[in-house]
Amino acid sequence: MTTLNSRVPEGPIKDKWTTYKDNIDLVNPANKRNIDIIVVGTGLAGGSAAASLAELGYNVKAFAYQDSPRRAHSIAAQGGINAAKNYQNDGDSNFRLFYDTVKGGDYRSREANVHRLAEVSGAIIDQCVAQGVPFARDYGGLLDNRSFGGVLVSRTFYAKGQTGQQLLLGCYSAMNRQIARGKIEMFNRHEMLDVVKIDGKARGIIARDLITGEIERHSAHAVVIATGGYGNVYFLSTNAMGSNATAAWKIHKKGAYFANPCFTQIHPTCIPRSGDYQSKLTLMSESLRNDGRIWVPAKIEDAKAIQEGKLKPTEIAEENRDYYLERRYPAFGNLVPRDVASRAAKERCDAGYGVNATGEAVYLDFAAAIFRYGSEKAKVQGLTNASKEEIIKLGEGVIEAKYGNLFQMYEKIIDENPYKTPMMIYPATHYTMGGVWVDYNLMTTVDGLYCIGEANFSDHGANRLGASALMQGLADGYFVLPYTIGDYLSDDIRTGKISTDSPEFVEAEKEIKEKLEFFVNNKGTHSVDYYHKKLGLVMWNKVGMARNEKGLKEAIQEIQEIREDFWKNVKVPGNLNEMNTELEKAGRVADFLELGELFAKDALNRNESCGGHFREEYVTEDGEALRDDKNYAYVAAWEYTGKPSEAILHKEELEFKDIELKTRSYK
Amino acid sequence: MSGFLSSSIARKVAMALSALFLIIFLIIHLAVNLTSLFSADAFNEASHFMGTNPVIQFAMQPVLIFGVVFHFVMGFVLELRNKGARNVKYAKFNGAASSTWMSRNMVVSGAVILAFIVIHFLDFWIPELNTKYVLGDMSGVLPGEEGYRYFAELQHKFVPVWRVAAYVVAFVLLGLHLAHGFQSAFQSMGFNNKYTKCVKTLGVIYSVVIPLGFIIVALFHHFNH
Amino acid sequence: MNLTLKIWRQRGPQDKGQMVEYKVTDISEHMSFLEMMDILNESLVEKDEEPIAFDHDCREGICGMCSLHINGEPHGPDRGITTCQLHMRTFKDGDTIYIEPWRAKAFPVIKDLIVDRNAFERIQQAGGYISVNTSGNTQDANAIPIPKLDADLSMDAAACIGCGACVASCKNSSAMLFVSAKVSQFALLPQGKVEAADRVRNMVAQMDAEGFGNCTNTGACEVECPKGISLDNIARMNREYLKASII
Repeated sequence: MTTLNSRVPEGPIKDKWTTYKDNIDLVNPANKRNIDIIVVGTGLAGGSAAASLAELGYNVKAFAYQDSPRRAHSIAAQGGINAAKNYQNDGDSNFRLFYDTVKGGDYRSREANVHRLAEVSGAIIDQCVAQGVPFARDYGGLLDNRSFGGVLVSRTFYAKGQTGQQLLLGCYSAMNRQIARGKIEMFNRHEMLDVVKIDGKARGIIARDLITGEIERHSAHAVVIATGGYGNVYFLSTNAMGSNATAAWKIHKKGAYFANPCFTQIHPTCIPRSGDYQSKLTLMSESLRNDGRIWVPAKIEDAKAIQEGKLKPTEIAEENRDYYLERRYPAFGNLVPRDVASRAAKERCDAGYGVNATGEAVYLDFAAAIFRYGSEKAKVQGLTNASKEEIIKLGEGVIEAKYGNLFQMYEKIIDENPYKTPMMIYPATHYTMGGVWVDYNLMTTVDGLYCIGEANFSDHGANRLGASALMQGLADGYFVLPYTIGDYLSDDIRTGKISTDSPEFVEAEKEIKEKLEFFVNNKGTHSVDYYHKKLGLVMWNKVGMARNEKGLKEAIQEIQEIREDFWKNVKVPGNLNEMNTELEKAGRVADFLELGELFAKDALNRNESCGGHFREEYVTEDGEALRDDKNYAYVAAWEYTGKPSEAILHKEELEFKDIELKTRSYK
Repeated sequence: MSGFLSSSIARKVAMALSALFLIIFLIIHLAVNLTSLFSADAFNEASHFMGTNPVIQFAMQPVLIFGVVFHFVMGFVLELRNKGARNVKYAKFNGAASSTWMSRNMVVSGAVILAFIVIHFLDFWIPELNTKYVLGDMSGVLPGEEGYRYFAELQHKFVPVWRVAAYVVAFVLLGLHLAHGFQSAFQSMGFNNKYTKCVKTLGVIYSVVIPLGFIIVALFHHFNH
Repeated sequence: MNLTLKIWRQRGPQDKGQMVEYKVTDISEHMSFLEMMDILNESLVEKDEEPIAFDHDCREGICGMCSLHINGEPHGPDRGITTCQLHMRTFKDGDTIYIEPWRAKAFPVIKDLIVDRNAFERIQQAGGYISVNTSGNTQDANAIPIPKLDADLSMDAAACIGCGACVASCKNSSAMLFVSAKVSQFALLPQGKVEAADRVRNMVAQMDAEGFGNCTNTGACEVECPKGISLDNIARMNREYLKASII
């Protein structure tokens, strides 16, 4: 085990980034024209990086598996983006954003990275507005803010319920400008299948054209991976169907360490599963918890009757309802952080109190809020003798104005009117804090190989706060990587064009082709989805919201068995040299089957409960997460050695010089 | 401005402008026709004026003809291009779910109106040109008779049932054409503001009243000669 | 429920393609349309047949990837949703459902139900942006107040997901709603006004070059648009274009 060098600059935390920028080597504009950079993934991180690097003058090749960069899953983010602008004059500052993010991450993130993130957050908003992102404004024409979970200030900027979409379209437009100039060469419907290393440096990738099936070699002086998280290892998640970990996993196998895979965020307000056919879970904004009260029946017989469809939630009297979050966490109530809310829901459902046919759902009830808002409105309108019906009608109007689109979405999916009957929700995998290990420069343990956005591990520790993912993606792409990569590339100005005929490229391409040929020739018995679903089930049941040693050991065993069976019996119809969606999935699931095992191994290694990682053995007397700062205040970075089970652990000790480590309490 | 008319939007606007010109023309035409319901003399006077005034004959008439021809030619050209923009047809296309029959079939109503205009030209316009400019008779009076000939000719034309029926059909289709075309012309020219609602209402009124007026004139003379 | 599906199959861009009939049984009304397609595909793989290729990704109605023409309408008979948000309860037991790709010369079929929408990409590249470089010191975001109404209208136009349903629903295969949404988003904002004339000219020129048909204001696009993008945007683009061409 070696100690990892995170290359954090010396000096006081608030000066580190400025000092760093003042002292790095730059590449002159004439030389930038001779340098190629590959960017894989075109979401917020990849898109903003590609656009910024091309503006600087580098030749960028960008890759997306979708038919356009605009479709990356960043687009699905609803709530907003944080920035310490302090437009509301409510005491916000860079330091406060930094502090909230580190604390929210349960003290498992790297201080220097998070501080830098907070420092550049304001510039992101300036940049996006300049690009024409239509953020919400108030009647004075200035930008509006909303507040989000886990913080005490209003610092979230938003564009209706489609903030991710608008930010992504912003960097998509910046990309388009560079594509038109010829500075970005865009490869849509292309999937990266491996990275190519020459003399220890990342020098290119092997990609498959998803339309023709052709295997292509692309060379560059540096490679940037921005391919998002690995939430689909659970099969069911709020990620897009195509979201995958292949690029991140492939670079891991080529020498990039993989950090903290067990830190995964389970989001509490998703629409529950309705049957085995389900392909994906849908998230509803966390903002619903501002007005909804979460409950399950207090009596087990009521729960049973509801599960069998014999009883309706509205028929259960107030005294027979268990508002378990309000009961357990009187201070924060329904607004506890995501990890706490998710675990509490699981606890009730595991105890048999779940409320739909599958027993995996809890109620999110707006009746109280509707009545409260209705009464207020009636008063404002001077209706002194308003009947209950009138008050409810007024209240529903208020709720509709606030959450109308979410309620409509819910009704489309579940076919129940959430104004009249409580919504059903259940936690689902949403975001992965873990990812490829990177240093302060966002470079992985492979020279010239960078990893940005959700794909890396650095900024959110063990739990991410709402509206911070968009911030990190854009910070990395617009404001961090363009500096740090220049420092590295300043040594490469004499390298010249990199040939794709070298033995390393030939070898990498051969390996890929062999594997793809194996898939189409295997003629097995089970579809790719069959294995993906099996893996997902093991992950969810044993490496999900609550984990224990026994379950994790079983999971490792079971995943190995599924993987073995997969490589024997997987069936992939169709051919290599054509569009073949099953073949695409096969490669992705093969990687998930390895990543899942490392995930479980990491969870087994971390003998503490923190953030999204909850080990049943490590709890306080009243069942809350018990962190172990003495033994586990480190980043677990895994080195691949041939099998996930034999991965070697490297530790990056986390130092907290500017923030005091405290136990999170929401009671 | 060069190549301006090759752009899709410019063609749309050209269609709209020619349409608005024709919309105004229809009002004038109907106004003249309506006089025939009340007074043969008034109709004769008006017809003679329109048929002999040099400004109308040599300035307005060519513009009108250009407008009509342009609107038709451009309409058919655009329709052909638009058809070509979908080279493989849908096995099932439920256009009625999202748009009106009128809006999807402007070329059908247009073609019927064109057919009608051909009849109309054969009936009125070509004989007029022949009398005036080939035979050189600008008097508007038939040899051996008194007073202008226009009213009598008008009545005479509406005797056969088939012609009246053709008129009615053509004007119903003109109504349908206008029901979409009137507001569509404004939209094409980028007119979209708080008055848009008024324009739409006006379009509905116009597309009913104008064709109805023409139909009433035809029926009136069919039953009252 | 049990359904008969008539689905367009086409091996590749050069293949002629045809409608093929499939039967699916025991479909739950709570399934989404694409989950029904998943089940059909799973059964095809079991029978060693090639599954039906269709575009989809986020499955929550925002990425704009899914693109099926269902029973004669893009994104099916329901309103204000994409195909991935369509649920089987919209249909009845025994129904026959036609499933076809978007049809337009500018959207050639790649395989089965997947079409090539790169024409949209090229239109965006022709001017769908504001020319501002990334820098840490663009002026403060609050330096230019923007009237709330303009900001809201701009947002409504920007909500376009680029799925192409407007083209698919239009009898003329016109892309005016898509193009006008982008033109409008920027034309309504002060930041976008600087390049407004060039933008609209270039984007319209590219739109024409791609072979989309011309708009005849049928309004089908607005009705079928999953995001409810308004026809007002087309009028605004016409206006912007005239202003840019004449003045």
